[in-house]
Amino acid sequence: MTEDKQAGFWARFFGSTIWRSIFRVGIPRDRRARLMQVLSNFFLHLHPVSLPKHAVKLKYTWCMGGLSFFLFVVLTFTGVLLMFYYRPTIEYAYNDVVDLRETTPMGIMREIHRWSAHLMVIAVWFHMFRVFMTGSYKAPREFNWCVGVVLLTFTMLLSFTGYLLPWDQLAIWAITVGSNMAAATPFVGQEGPGVALLSIGNVGLIGRTSDARFLLLGDTSIGAGALLRFYVFHCVFFPLIAVVFMAIHFWRVRKDGGVSGPM
Amino acid sequence: MGALKHIINLVSAPQVSFLVAAIAFFFVFPPTAGFERWNRRLRLNLLWTVRGGILLHALVIGGFFLSTLDPNFRAIVAKPDNVPIALLLFGTLFFLWYAMKQAVDNDQRLASDQKPNEYTDPSEPKILVWPDLVYIELIAAVLCMAALIFWSIALEAPLEQPANPTLSPNPAKAPWYFLGLQEMLVYFDPWLAGVVFPVLIIFGLMALPYIDTAPEGSGYYSYSRRKLFISLFLFGWLLLWVYLIIVGAFMRGPNWNFFGPYEEWDIHKVVPLTNINFSALVWVKLLNRPLPDNIIVREIFGIVLLGIHFLVVPPLLGVTVLKKFYSRMGNVKYAVFMFLSMAALTLPIKMFLRWTINLKYLVAIPGWFNL
Repeated sequence: MTEDKQAGFWARFFGSTIWRSIFRVGIPRDRRARLMQVLSNFFLHLHPVSLPKHAVKLKYTWCMGGLSFFLFVVLTFTGVLLMFYYRPTIEYAYNDVVDLRETTPMGIMREIHRWSAHLMVIAVWFHMFRVFMTGSYKAPREFNWCVGVVLLTFTMLLSFTGYLLPWDQLAIWAITVGSNMAAATPFVGQEGPGVALLSIGNVGLIGRTSDARFLLLGDTSIGAGALLRFYVFHCVFFPLIAVVFMAIHFWRVRKDGGVSGPM
Repeated sequence: MGALKHIINLVSAPQVSFLVAAIAFFFVFPPTAGFERWNRRLRLNLLWTVRGGILLHALVIGGFFLSTLDPNFRAIVAKPDNVPIALLLFGTLFFLWYAMKQAVDNDQRLASDQKPNEYTDPSEPKILVWPDLVYIELIAAVLCMAALIFWSIALEAPLEQPANPTLSPNPAKAPWYFLGLQEMLVYFDPWLAGVVFPVLIIFGLMALPYIDTAPEGSGYYSYSRRKLFISLFLFGWLLLWVYLIIVGAFMRGPNWNFFGPYEEWDIHKVVPLTNINFSALVWVKLLNRPLPDNIIVREIFGIVLLGIHFLVVPPLLGVTVLKKFYSRMGNVKYAVFMFLSMAALTLPIKMFLRWTINLKYLVAIPGWFNL
C-alpha cells in the first residue's frame, strides 16, 4: 500500500490491472520488451520484430507503400465523415457538396479527401516504380507483385468512381469520357467490335439498354442511376475488395521474406 | 522571349517532342550493351550524379516556374485538378533520378566485386521494429497529414457549375490519371484505347515477374544487369504513360487540338483533317485503282503488315538480334514477352504513321476491327 503511493500516479496507472490487460508488455525499456511489444500488439504484428538495416531506410523504400496505406486510412476516415452529409441523388448531391465547404464545421474534409485521393494514386505509382527498380517483383515475390497490380487498378477505380460524386460539370463530363469507353468494349459494348455476333436471329442481345456501359451507369447516359451506382461502388464495394487485397498484400510481404534485400 | 516561347510551342507538339524523346530515350536508358557504350561515350550517365541531378531539377523546376509568368501557361497549370499533375511531374523526375543514382552506384560496386549498398552482413544485429521503424512510420504519417492539411487549407477542391447533361464543355477531359488513355483515342478507336490497352497494361504488368525470371538484381537498385527490362518498363511508364498524361492535361485544348504550353486555347483553331485509310493509300494513290468491293481484299495490305508485325517480326528477332535472349527465355515466355512488347509498340508506330502519312486506320473493317 505505501509502496503504491510512493510509486506515483503514472506508475500505478501503467501497473493497473486494466492497463496490463490491454498492453501486456509495460513500457519497453530493454530489448526483450521491445520484441514483445511488436509481437503482442495486433496492429504491429504485421511487422516482423526486427529488420535488416537497409529495410528501414527511406533511401531504399521511399516509404511509398506505407504512405499509400496511410492515405487509404485518411480517405476512409474523411470519406465516412463526408457520407454523413452527402446524399447521392440528383436533387441533393451538388448542394450537399457546396454545403460541405460552406456550412459544415471543419469544412476542409472534402479537400483533404480529394487531395489524398490524388496523392494516393501518385504514391501507388511511385511505390510500383520503386518495387520495379529494386527488382523486388522477382522470386519469391512474383505473386505479391500481381496483388499489387490489382491494388493499383482498384486505387484508380476508387478514384474514378469518386470523381462523379460532386455532380458538377467536371464530374459528369469526365465520367462521360470514361464510361463511353465501356460502350466500346468488344462483344459486350453497344459500339464495340463483334457486338453483332451476340444475337439470336435478327435480335441483338447487346443493345443500348443491355451493354457494358448500361451495367456501369444503370442508364444509357449519366443520371440518377449512375450516381447511385458510383456511390455504392465508391463507398462500399471497391473499398471492401481493396481491403481484402491489401490484407493479402501485407501478409504476403511477411510470408515472402519481408522487405526485399540483396542476398 | 516571344520567339523562345514560339519555338517551345512548336517543339512541344507530339510530332517533335515524342519523336525526340523516344530516340533520346534509348541513349539515356540503354536497353543493350551497344546503347550502353553510346550512353558512356555521350556522358549521359553523368545525369545520375548529384551534379546531374541538380542540373536536371534546376532545368525542369526552374523552367516550370519561369513558365508560370506566361498567362496561358498559368491558366492551364493553375486549374486545381491539374495540381496533382505538376506533383506527378516533379515526383517522377526526382524519384527517377534517385533510383537511377542508386542503381549506377550499385552497378559500380558490383563491377568491382563489392556487394550492393543495401547489403547487410547477416552477422550484424538486426534493427528492432520498435522503436526504429514505428518511429519512422509515425513521422512519415505526421508529415503527410500536415502537408495534406496545409494543401487543403491553401487550395479549395475544384467544384464547377452543377452538372448539366445538355452543356458539354470543350474539351471534355477524363480524370487526369486516365488522360494517357484519352490521348490514345487520337490514334486508336475507343475499344483499343479504352478497353484493350488498359487490359493489356494490367496483364502485362502481372506477367512481368513470370517473364523476367533472372534472379540477379533482386532487392537492390541496379541497372546494368537488368538493362533490357528496365529500359522497356521505363519506356512504357515515362513515354507511353506520364508523357501522354502531360500532353493530354496541358496541351490538349478545344476539340482536343494540340496547343503549345504558351499558346492561347483558341476555340476556333482549325486543324485540317486529312487522315486517310491505308487501303485507300495503297489502292487509290499507289496503284491508281478503285477500292475493291471485297473488304478482305481491300484491307489485305494492312492485314499483311499487321501479321508481319505480330507474327513475323518476333521469330525473326528471335533467330537474329535476340538469339541469346530467346534461347534463355524459351518459347512461351518469349512469345508472351514479344506479344506485349509489339502491342505496346503499335502506339508509337501508329503515332508516327499518323504524323508522316496521315494514316487513319491500317486495317479498317467497320464494326469489326479498326486499327
